[in-house]
Amino acid sequence: MGMTITEKILAAHAGVDRVRPGELVECEVDFLFANDITAPLAIREFEKLRVEKVFDRNKVALVPDHYAPNKDIRAAEQCMILRAFAREQEIPWYYEIGRMGVAHVLLAEEGLVVPGDLFVGADSHTVNHGALGAFATGVGSTDLAAAMATGRLWFKVPESMRFEFVGELKPWVTGKDLILWIIGRIGVDGARYRAMEFTGPALAQLSMDQRFTLTNMAVEAGAKNGIMNPDEVTLEWVRPRAKRPWKVYRSDPDAEYASNTVIDCSHLEPVVAMHPSPGNVVPVWEARHIEIDQAFIGTCTNGRIEDLRLAARVLEGQTVHPHVRLIIIPATPRIYRQALEEGLIKIFLDAGAAVGTPGCGPCIGGHMGVLGEGERCISTSSRNFIGRMGHPKSEAYLSSPAVAAASAVLGRIAHPDEVVKRVAVGR
Amino acid sequence: MRYRGKAWKLGDHIDTDVIIPARYLVTTDPQELARHCFEDLDPTLHEQIQPGDIVVAGENFGQGSSREHAPIAIQALGVRCVLAKSFARIFYRNSFNIGLPLLECPEAVDGTETGDELEVDLAAGTIHNLTKGQLYHAHAIPPFMLRLLQVGGLINYVREQLQAGRGVQGL
Repeated sequence: MGMTITEKILAAHAGVDRVRPGELVECEVDFLFANDITAPLAIREFEKLRVEKVFDRNKVALVPDHYAPNKDIRAAEQCMILRAFAREQEIPWYYEIGRMGVAHVLLAEEGLVVPGDLFVGADSHTVNHGALGAFATGVGSTDLAAAMATGRLWFKVPESMRFEFVGELKPWVTGKDLILWIIGRIGVDGARYRAMEFTGPALAQLSMDQRFTLTNMAVEAGAKNGIMNPDEVTLEWVRPRAKRPWKVYRSDPDAEYASNTVIDCSHLEPVVAMHPSPGNVVPVWEARHIEIDQAFIGTCTNGRIEDLRLAARVLEGQTVHPHVRLIIIPATPRIYRQALEEGLIKIFLDAGAAVGTPGCGPCIGGHMGVLGEGERCISTSSRNFIGRMGHPKSEAYLSSPAVAAASAVLGRIAHPDEVVKRVAVGR
Repeated sequence: MRYRGKAWKLGDHIDTDVIIPARYLVTTDPQELARHCFEDLDPTLHEQIQPGDIVVAGENFGQGSSREHAPIAIQALGVRCVLAKSFARIFYRNSFNIGLPLLECPEAVDGTETGDELEVDLAAGTIHNLTKGQLYHAHAIPPFMLRLLQVGGLINYVREQLQAGRGVQGL
């Protein structure tokens, strides 16, 4: 019996020939990171271990993306803890604002995570990097502290679920729609403790930007990791960026899966996850009665250049509805610059959008667009739980950048077709 | 490791955003986090839950973010144990890593209401609902997780391993 890509990476990092689902293994970690919310706790726990130095200063990144630029004095103090630790430990991968972006987009873009890696981050959306063919999973601060000290961490080998995409994607159907559709179908715990492996001819046609959105939200189905077998699209993306050698693992044809699901993309429509769960997924057409106060385009889920191009295609020549605040945040400075050079930022400003500095922005309801009581926001982020984006009685709806942009123009949840004529995306 | 306390029953899919909203994640102080625990679910709950009480919940408790502040806040309320039908995976690791025991037992959750007196024996994996006179057997806590609880969490465990010269976590 063969192994899945997830099993192969875990086995290789545990120094064994094979692993089986359910087994506990101790693995070497290739790279790890924490942010300004999780690192202060991780650093405190690390200090309790009385180990002077991190296991390898070149394998640690600290990214203050959540509440930086500092939203208040206490956020400033948390960022100071990261900065001081990075200097004391001589960690080269500390990112000050101006160079900082949303960690999941930034670390991939910087080539610090490569195919075949075992990568952990004290942030649940670390699963994002599985699109590169790496085993990437989110852990808490204590796990991260232990890994920072020893370079090792224990894992339970997950069973894998296989999702095969076939058929032609309709216009305006994006990676976001595919993953929301799956979560809507299997539920927010449908992949709990499991690996979600995405494959198939329709996936092969998707760009890396679209693929990252898919693996990014595997955690919203409860998965331990989301992963894809690297192909030529992956390697073309990796070659100019990688800061380390990489290794390509691919699932064996006779690998064993807990489930096999074939998804015919030609039937799928753009979708929205209704408040208050990423699992409440309906076609956009069924949500058009929902009026909105704010629209947010950005985050680790959808703040990449292709997401911004998609938003610009909808917003070009349009005006944001007078009752709506549209906030657009490129995920990293590099993406911001590219959007500027491509003229996208001008399109956004002309439409009446506010363009923010890279970071997580209003995704977690802390700053840069917090919702008041009763307010509604359509967001390209990944979570819409109660109180996620502000007041416990505010509401968040999740969608692709195209749907969020169309909604910002019409003042209610809208299909992009209602604003512009049809275009094909993501090829 | 036996605990006796009053049950607080919550629903399915309780996420980390309602356990501790991100707007309060500008501190790592357990007591301060505890004052906002479950705030968006019921702002009075943190005052009602007493030290020694047991939180009882449905499926997928702790879904969402990796914030360890969530189990820290629950632990700082004095909650001795969380009993649920199932747990989200990062929350599960985080809880054992900080020494907060979790038990999975769907039958016991279904048979428990808020206010019931529960007696939990972690090593035996039993849950005794003293109010209803029912005894339940939970899924056994894996030996490695029990070991983490015995030594008071992952940091103590790793420190022991490092001192023993094993250099690694020594599963």
